[in-house]
Amino acid sequence: MSASVFPSVAPGPSVRELANPSRRAAQAGWNVLWTGVTGLATLWIVLIVAIILGTIVIGGWRTVTPTFLLGNPENGMTEGGIFPAIFGTVLLVFLMIIAVLPVGVLAAVYLHEYARANSPVTRAVRFAVNNLAGVPSIVFGLFGLGFFIQFVGRGIDGALGQGVLFGQPAIVWAALTLALLNLPVVIVSTEEALRAVPRAAREGALALGATRWQTVWHVVLPQALPGVLTGAILSVSRGAGEVAPILFTGAAYYLPYLPTSLTDQFMELGYHVYVLATQSPNVEQTLPLLYGTVLVLLLLTFALNFTAIVVRARLRRRMGLRD
Amino acid sequence: MEAIVSIAPPPDSVPPAAPAPPRPQPRVHAPAEGARPGTAGREILRAEALSLFYGRAQALHAVTLSIPERSVTALIGPSGCGKSTLLRVFNRMNDLIDGVRIEGTAMLDGTDLYAAGVDVVDLRRRVGMVFQRANPFPKSIFENVAFGPRMFGMKSSGELDDLVERTLRQAALWDEVKDRLKDSALRLSGGQQQRLCIARSLAVDPEVLLMDEPASALDPTSTAKIEELVLDLKTRYTIVVVTHNMQQAARISDRTAFLMQGRLVEYDATAKIFTQPAERLTEDYISGRFG
Repeated sequence: MSASVFPSVAPGPSVRELANPSRRAAQAGWNVLWTGVTGLATLWIVLIVAIILGTIVIGGWRTVTPTFLLGNPENGMTEGGIFPAIFGTVLLVFLMIIAVLPVGVLAAVYLHEYARANSPVTRAVRFAVNNLAGVPSIVFGLFGLGFFIQFVGRGIDGALGQGVLFGQPAIVWAALTLALLNLPVVIVSTEEALRAVPRAAREGALALGATRWQTVWHVVLPQALPGVLTGAILSVSRGAGEVAPILFTGAAYYLPYLPTSLTDQFMELGYHVYVLATQSPNVEQTLPLLYGTVLVLLLLTFALNFTAIVVRARLRRRMGLRD
Repeated sequence: MEAIVSIAPPPDSVPPAAPAPPRPQPRVHAPAEGARPGTAGREILRAEALSLFYGRAQALHAVTLSIPERSVTALIGPSGCGKSTLLRVFNRMNDLIDGVRIEGTAMLDGTDLYAAGVDVVDLRRRVGMVFQRANPFPKSIFENVAFGPRMFGMKSSGELDDLVERTLRQAALWDEVKDRLKDSALRLSGGQQQRLCIARSLAVDPEVLLMDEPASALDPTSTAKIEELVLDLKTRYTIVVVTHNMQQAARISDRTAFLMQGRLVEYDATAKIFTQPAERLTEDYISGRFG
């Protein structure tokens, strides 16, 4: 009868007894220690970034002149500029975004707005997307070579019957390979953005008699656009810096001309850095060029990111949402 | 009287629902049980032995009620009693939830809402909805009201301007916003946002307006404006309002339905419900003994 519903507890010190001054002092000591440790960890990261950026800026700023930015590599790449590489990088990223955004966004829209949540199929697709994100980029490069160039490109060439045109490394295949690499980034960030659009917004549109697609197109996607742009920003940063996927699919060691068609090869900054660092006949003479190229690559990535961030902020403000 | 767009299914897809009761013809209405001749207009909404399941959980148990047009009907009851669920039966918003199953019939103007071939999009245009939390789109005030008409293909800016003004006037919002139609709707106060949402619904020319606790997130002044608006709108529209506020139900509704645990306990003229309810449960609830 008298058995309590609470399990009996061995008698110990009460909370009030535990919170005595000496214990409080010890706790305060630990508090200081952990503030210091976490602070140091942060400082470490800041320091590393500062060292990297500092080295590059100090080593490279003298090299980055108009002639360097607008000139061709000369004399076995020990002199001259990097214009073809800048041009190739920008074009590559541009083509990549054109290829990856529609597919990635539509796939995310399907997964989040149309597919039944948590159905086996949806879960399998999500699982595949996450796995795709974990595949090493060199594997994407080999896949691009095998699939896009050997299979698709050769297939087109066979159908056209006019010799090798598509069945060789080209900027279009490199861009598509990069797009594939970035597909998970775009899908995941778009889904994230769609998830952040309140249910009430969808219901508001549907209750007016909007179809599901009208709801997605006129209400959900505009609200998700800043988030979609975040995905685009991430894939731009990644796309501009990745070398492995384009190694076999289109990047050229040296080209005296700019790519003018989708089937041309191209020079790219990241690959150019690799070439300058490992293939130069005169390391001493190449070093400033190397620093300069890395600096330009970084600045280009920052510039692309910055543009996208400004656009995103503007979109949010136009919708009356907070930044 | 405006033309009524038919949402009737094509003749070859008559639902196999076996012993369906003789459907009330659109125009010739025989008053259903509970509807008092003389006090209520023609029936526009009807639920007939309507049960609704969320997966295995049953949210509505054989609810039967008839809602006359151009009147305000209040649905009251404790939280979780199924009043919002019942409301969402009438514009099929429950369709958006996985695993919802419905038995019995729900009818709009004599047409089975859940028959095969019913155009849900057209149904939702005819049966508008206002939500508990005002949910204007993050667009301008003008674009919020123009959203529906645009979707249905209205392009002429002159027509849209007229419609937006007319609708905002109807929603008693025009004077407050006429100088800033291009401003984001999100800058309006909560009460203004809710009236904007009402205007947005009215812009697609519905016959019925479902309101799910439209004033529960608003201050008393804004609430009063919404209530005034509801009384004003019932001369043209049929309004069904879910509310937790007993005084509000008494103030604005002509008929009141009291639900509990998914069952319709009592449904009658509001004056009757609040003065001499037939059921003990109703009396206990409206006098605040539970809920």
